[in-house]
Amino acid sequence: MRVLVGVKRVIDFAVKVRVKPDKTSVVTDNVPHSMNPFDEIALEEAVKLKEANHAKEIVAFSLGPAKNQEILRTALAKGADKAIHLEVDDATYQKVEPFHVAQAIAKLAKDEKFDLVFLGKQAIDDDANQTGQLVAGFLNWPQATFASKVETEGTSHLKVTREIDGGLETIKVKLPAVLTADLRLNEPRYATLPNIMKAKKKPIDKKTPKDLGLDLTSQTEVLEVSEPPTRKGGEFVEDVPTLVKKLKEKGAL
Amino acid sequence: MFILHSRSKSTLVIAEHNNEKLGPITLSAVTAAKKLGNDDISILVAGSNVSKVAEEAAKVANIKRVIIADSDVLKTQLPERVCDLVVASQNQFKFTHILAGATSFGRSLVPRVAAKLSVSPITEVIAVQSEDTFVRPTYAGNAISKIKSKAPVKLLTVRGTAFEQAAATGGSGKGEQAPKADINTDVSEFVGQELSKSDRPDLQSAKIIVSGGRALKSADNFKILYDLADKLGAAVGASRAAVDAGYCPNDMQIGQTGKIVAPELYIAIGISGAIQHVAGMKDSKVIVAINKDKDCPIFQIADFGLVGDLFKVVPELTEAIKK
Repeated sequence: MRVLVGVKRVIDFAVKVRVKPDKTSVVTDNVPHSMNPFDEIALEEAVKLKEANHAKEIVAFSLGPAKNQEILRTALAKGADKAIHLEVDDATYQKVEPFHVAQAIAKLAKDEKFDLVFLGKQAIDDDANQTGQLVAGFLNWPQATFASKVETEGTSHLKVTREIDGGLETIKVKLPAVLTADLRLNEPRYATLPNIMKAKKKPIDKKTPKDLGLDLTSQTEVLEVSEPPTRKGGEFVEDVPTLVKKLKEKGAL
Repeated sequence: MFILHSRSKSTLVIAEHNNEKLGPITLSAVTAAKKLGNDDISILVAGSNVSKVAEEAAKVANIKRVIIADSDVLKTQLPERVCDLVVASQNQFKFTHILAGATSFGRSLVPRVAAKLSVSPITEVIAVQSEDTFVRPTYAGNAISKIKSKAPVKLLTVRGTAFEQAAATGGSGKGEQAPKADINTDVSEFVGQELSKSDRPDLQSAKIIVSGGRALKSADNFKILYDLADKLGAAVGASRAAVDAGYCPNDMQIGQTGKIVAPELYIAIGISGAIQHVAGMKDSKVIVAINKDKDCPIFQIADFGLVGDLFKVVPELTEAIKK
C-alpha cells in the first residue's frame, strides 16, 4: 500500500491570531507556524501502518509557498519516505481553496497510483473540513472521515472507527480510499535529532500547478475579515448565593 | 452548462434523520435556506422506511417539495450513497443552492457532493447575507470571514446554533420520488455504531450546559457535574483535556474540533479557557466560570466568575438550586 499524506503549514495552534487593520486577512508575518495538528496525526497513523508492514511507502504532500518545505522536512523526519512540494507564490496561495488542494491531491493519487490518501479532518486556520471529502468525491473513492481508529482487513479493506455526533461509528472501506484523522486517532511522535538529520537527505520533489494541470481559478472571494464581537467584561462574584441571585436576576435560572 | 441569470432560485435542504425522526439541525438549515431569499425550498429525505420522516418534513413551514429516497441501501446513510442521490436530484431539479447542517453527517457529505458538481463548497456558515454572500468563522472563531461565492451552485453547511429552527408545522410540502441513482454499495459498508446513551438533553439543543475540564481529576468526579446538570435540566459537556484524560466520551467535547454550542447558560467548571474550547461556547448567552485560578482566560469571557475550589463550590451550587 502506498500512502499519500497531505500536510498544511498553519499558524501555530497556541497563537492568538490578529486581524489586519485593513480587514483583508489575519497577520501571518513573524507569527510562529507549524504543521496542522490533524495532519501530524494523519502522518503518524501512516507511519504506524508502515511499521506494521501494511504500507510500503509514505509520501508527504504540501501545497504552498517556499516555506512549506519546512513542514515537509518535519514530515520526512517523522517517517515519510519522500515529499512532494507543489509550490505557489504567496499571493496565489492566499486565494487557494480546499477545492484546488483537493484537485491537486486527487491528480497525484491517480497518476502515481496511491492506495490511500490520508489527511487531517480540518486545518485549524480555515476550519473548512472539506479537503478529504473533496478528494474522495473527485476520485470517486470511498471516504472515512473523522477517524479515531484504523485497522486493516486483509489487503483490500480498512475498518475505520469514526467520531460522530452521538458517539462512534465503524465502517469498512475498500481500497483505494480517503481517510481523515480526528484528534483521538493517536499521539504523534516527536522527530528525533538523528531523524531530522536523515530527513535532510530525503528527496523533496518540486512541482508546479502546471505540472498537475491545475486550474487555480477562484470560486470564492473573501470580501472582508473581521474581529469577532468581543464579550463585555464580566464580574467576579463572592460566593454561591450571590451567583445564584445574579443568575436569577438575569433570568438565566 | 450553467445559466444562472435566467432561472429562478431554488434550494435543496438535505434532511438529517435516523429513519424515524427529523433532526433539529434540518430546521435550522431550512431557516438558512429561507434567508437566501427564495421560497422554492425542497427537502431530500434519503433513508430506509422513511415515510414518517417524510411526513414530518412535509409539515415544516415553507417547504414546497419533499424528495423521498426510500431504500435498504440508504439505511445507514453512508456519504458515498447519499451523495449519488443528491447529485441525481441536482441533475433533475437544477437547484441554485444545496444546504445541510454542519454536523458530522453534513460535513462528510456536502464537500463530496461539491466535488461531483465541480464547485467549491462553503462550510460552517453562520450568517447568510444574500444569495451569494456568506459569513463563516475561521481560526477557531478568532476571525470572521465574509465570503462571496461565484460557484454556479452554492453548496453550504450551516452551523445549527446560528440559525433558529424553522417551525415544524404549517407547511404542506408535496411528496415526490427521488430520481433513480446508480448507488455503488461495493466500496463502503456500515459495521456498527456505539452511541452514548443519556437521559440528559442533547448538547446542541440544551438551554443550559454544565461543562467540566481537567480540574475534575477523574471520571468519578464528573458525577458532581451530572448532579448539578440534573438539578438544572442541563446537558453536560467537556473540554478536550477532560476527554483525553478519559473522564468522559469524546462526543461530549465542546470546542473548535468538537461541538459548537450556544445555550442560554453555560457553566464552565475547572476549564482554563483555551482558544480551542472558547471557540465552541463563546456565543452562549450567559457564561459562568468556576475555577480556583483567578488568572485563567475563561474569566475574561465569563459574565460571572467565581474563584474557588470546584469540589466545594459545585455541590454547594447544586444544593442552592434545590431550594
